[in-house]
Amino acid sequence: MMKKKGSITSIIKFLFLGIFFLAYMVPFIFVLINSFKSKKEILLNPMALPSKINFTNFLTAFNKMDYVHGFTNSLIITVFSVLLIVVLSSMTAYILVRKKWKFNQAIFFVMVASMIIPFQAIMIPLVRIYGSIGMLNSKWALIYMYIGFGTSLAVFMFHGFIKSIPLELEEAAMIDGAKGMQLFYLIVFPLLKPIAMTIAILDVLWIWNDFLLPSLVLIAPEQRTLPLSTFYFYGTYTADYGLSMAGLILTIIPVIIIYLILQKYIINGVLQGSIK
Amino acid sequence: MREESRFIDKLKTYIVYAGPTTFVFFTVIILPFLFGIYLTFTSYDGISNSHNLVGFANYIEAFKDTKFLASFLLTLKYVLYTVVFTNVIAFLFAYILTSGMKGQNFFRAGFFTPNLIGGIILGFIWQFIFSKLLVYIGNNFNIPIFSTSWLADPVRAFWTLVIVSVWQNSGYMMVIYIAGFMNVPKDLLEAANIDGANAWRRMVNVIIPMMIPSITICLFLTLQRGFMVYDVNLALTKGGPFKSTELISMYVYNQAFLSQKYGVGQAQAFVLFLVVALVSVIQVYFSKKMEVEA
Repeated sequence: MMKKKGSITSIIKFLFLGIFFLAYMVPFIFVLINSFKSKKEILLNPMALPSKINFTNFLTAFNKMDYVHGFTNSLIITVFSVLLIVVLSSMTAYILVRKKWKFNQAIFFVMVASMIIPFQAIMIPLVRIYGSIGMLNSKWALIYMYIGFGTSLAVFMFHGFIKSIPLELEEAAMIDGAKGMQLFYLIVFPLLKPIAMTIAILDVLWIWNDFLLPSLVLIAPEQRTLPLSTFYFYGTYTADYGLSMAGLILTIIPVIIIYLILQKYIINGVLQGSIK
Repeated sequence: MREESRFIDKLKTYIVYAGPTTFVFFTVIILPFLFGIYLTFTSYDGISNSHNLVGFANYIEAFKDTKFLASFLLTLKYVLYTVVFTNVIAFLFAYILTSGMKGQNFFRAGFFTPNLIGGIILGFIWQFIFSKLLVYIGNNFNIPIFSTSWLADPVRAFWTLVIVSVWQNSGYMMVIYIAGFMNVPKDLLEAANIDGANAWRRMVNVIIPMMIPSITICLFLTLQRGFMVYDVNLALTKGGPFKSTELISMYVYNQAFLSQKYGVGQAQAFVLFLVVALVSVIQVYFSKKMEVEA
């Protein structure tokens, strides 16, 4: 009796999840199906499978949205921003944990408190300030800003982690003659790998997909990141459904490939990031 | 590390390790934040270089702006619905996906997928679904509710925003709730079982109290994301039809960068900051109070 009841609830659970899962995936599936079709075919029936597999839409979209530029820009911006955030924030957190000066406590407090400021409260003066000193329209300026926006959370997470590393390790290394930066890079930094991975994953997801900040900073078409070029491409070719769907698929593909390879780490990164 | 005693040594150490971060942090966050507060008291229009101090005129104008108030109310409504639906659905997903069923990793990965993709692209995907696919289904299978595009109707367009946001965020919150469920001590659940507690009582009296930390985080994140939503709003409805779905971020953006009303726009952005900060602090305060020790 008990066993039967158990199996019924598990069937209900499975059905519930299955229906939701389908609903969650359906949008992607239809975008994929329609990306192979011509506009005429889509208007006729957006639910039908494509009559033949045709990659013309993809080729046209690839050229029209200047995919190569968009992808390269996104890659450069994401890689440099994330690397710099991880390296600089870990050093900062280290000094904030190990030196209990009043000043350090104040800085840490300001950083944590600043996390509550919504981007919208800064964006207007940010554009005004960096526009007036001619620092807009460059990916290096954008990277600079990402470091600024990413620092507080990264320092906060490193701070929590470094606190749990026993001081004895560093003292032992010091007796062996390590000093200053050596101490940090040879002894402490390698221990930070798990938390650094978590921060890197969270920041890659954020920076790769970010739209509002690059849309304010990058003006010239050849500077655009992938979300920006998708945005302008879709705006221009909305009515050409097959083509615009192909553009969306092209933007999604790299992320899905990475996800298939690193799925475990990504979900784990989000998980660890939320607990800290 | 040797102990620095002189101020100059301390300063040197600080600059070497934390100098760059501190400088970037202050020039990107703190300086614009303070300059922004200053802007709200000026008549800056984005073109002329001179601007006069105008006292609280921008704030008065901000609150007299009925469109701003309407957008704010709409955002509150949007935040309420997305926070509730996202958390309930994410909680249910996590509950089922930690009960040891087959294929749970597959489901987890699937529900998380929208979080890998930018809001702009998600918005465009759903724009196609709502304006083409569902209309086709509505017309061909005689389902009147879908026969015209939801994006053309102010009320339904609002709901498309809620639906897409819940779809986008629930997978992320699910991951956090899964961690919460896995941290509920097994012996506590067994003890409740032996005491004859049924599934519902175990949920209300054991699991939920132990889950408060996860709930705190998820509420905080969904609140923040709700107030700050822009990408999906822009890609899915563009604030339309007839500016009926302009949420607060988009409103502030348009105010400043399209209407060139920098002073008023910044005053409204600052009001947004105060509301978000207040709501977050209250929420975290009450959630922390509810936390229990195992």
